[in-house]
Amino acid sequence: MNAASRLASFQDAFAHSLFALPPDAHPLVSGIVRQPAFAVYRNTVMKGCVDALQANFPAVARLVGEDWFRAAAAEHVAHRPPTEPTLLTYGDAFPSFLSTFAPAADLPYLADVARLDRLWTEAHGAADDPVIAPRDFMALDPEALAGARLQPHRATRWAWFADTPIYSIWSRNRDGDGDGSAIEWAGEGALLTRPDGVVMWRPLDEAGGRFLDACARELTVQRAMEAALEVDAEADLVALISNLIEAGAISRIIQGP
Amino acid sequence: MSQVLTAGLGLKPPHYEAARDCRAAGLWFEVHPENYFVEGGPRRAWLSEIRTRHPVSLHGVALSLAADAVPDARHLARLRALADFIEPALVSEHLAWSAWRGAYFPDLLPFPRTSEALERICANVSAAQEAIGRRIAIENPSHYVRIDGHEWDEIGFLAEIARRTGCGLLLDVNNVFVSAANLGFDSRAYIDAFPASPLMEVHLAGHSEDPNLGERLLVDSHDAPVSEAVWALYERLIARVGPRPTLIERDDRLPDFETLLAERDRAHVAVAAFARAA
Repeated sequence: MNAASRLASFQDAFAHSLFALPPDAHPLVSGIVRQPAFAVYRNTVMKGCVDALQANFPAVARLVGEDWFRAAAAEHVAHRPPTEPTLLTYGDAFPSFLSTFAPAADLPYLADVARLDRLWTEAHGAADDPVIAPRDFMALDPEALAGARLQPHRATRWAWFADTPIYSIWSRNRDGDGDGSAIEWAGEGALLTRPDGVVMWRPLDEAGGRFLDACARELTVQRAMEAALEVDAEADLVALISNLIEAGAISRIIQGP
Repeated sequence: MSQVLTAGLGLKPPHYEAARDCRAAGLWFEVHPENYFVEGGPRRAWLSEIRTRHPVSLHGVALSLAADAVPDARHLARLRALADFIEPALVSEHLAWSAWRGAYFPDLLPFPRTSEALERICANVSAAQEAIGRRIAIENPSHYVRIDGHEWDEIGFLAEIARRTGCGLLLDVNNVFVSAANLGFDSRAYIDAFPASPLMEVHLAGHSEDPNLGERLLVDSHDAPVSEAVWALYERLIARVGPRPTLIERDDRLPDFETLLAERDRAHVAVAAFARAA
């Protein structure tokens, strides 16, 4: 890049004016910024970014309402414009922005709801992978299984939230079909999977989360079960593993060292 | 797939099934490649499925060829991979910039058409064509503001890029109409002067009036049917240059697929009529 070129200087000044509108705009663009039509560029850029955040964080948008969401999103955009040429994944810093955004102080769960929206986006676009069918899994002899490793599907995502029922809040707002029943205020986790090309979700307890963490670190089933029992000595390991298989969370069983 | 491209439609996710199942003659679809820069999953699966039945064109919006910077190598690699996967009938981009010093602005931004800019853009177009191993068509953008310091008019600038790099051109007739209204030039003279031989594709879309400035500022909003004035310019173009693959773009206030298909059929009839006459 030739920083001294006229084109580069123009682009520096123009880019700056897209988000800030200084009365003393750089002379290279002051004649442009003064024209009412310059607002088309400012509005298009901002609308494109805010629309992308709204599309990528639908549960957050539903929770706070469209006006609140778009105002918060606009603040985020001005500080953290997209860095990737695709807006499908824009918003990696949006959850942490929400965690420090003063007007969201009354909604301490908002950032974690945003984190689940983010995991949905990751699951949706992740690489394709096979899914282990329950019957393939049942065919394994239990001793061989203990020494095997379960490889999570590349679209599988999970998270555990120790203090807040994030899964209940998120899932009711993600697809909008909450039954309105009371939510018990306790820690919850979420498991997102993509069997048959559609992102699905279900609750996941802390032991399930630890088990998957261990699988992702390529530990054996034996070690993963131990990790699960560390956080919940009463965990039903058969149910835990069946749940993962049934959800399509696992793509391969790797035998041997 | 050797069928002749007549008129196509921008592909929108709500229309995936209808698009796949449609059997209209000459139909093809165009997508923004950036919307398929994912490693896998349903989006890519849908595009692949539609591609088994219809030609697909890749119309980039973010390569930022008019930025004073080399095109992003990762972007080019992803575009190459998608092109190899889809085997597009056409690949196109814009005479505009949208990425600058690590930030991406989702718009097609203007610049002074200087000889210095021309050198840079030709180098970028050549680098892009080489990286993806395909010819690219470059589109005239919509203009909203007056910019001082142009050394070239837009047609001369585009023609020179095509001459130097071997790239093609994409003429967006609605962009001409919108720009002519906003900047005060004669849209018919522009259409009549556009070079025929590098013209690989034509775009048609709807525009709207700015909510504050009304008819003094037209916006290339892609949220309405193609206007009659734009159809007239299009028919004038095709009568002169002959049939070219023509796309109806619609991105906002999306009607159902059948409505868009009816609009597309109008372009199909025009292209097919001139194709027979030729």
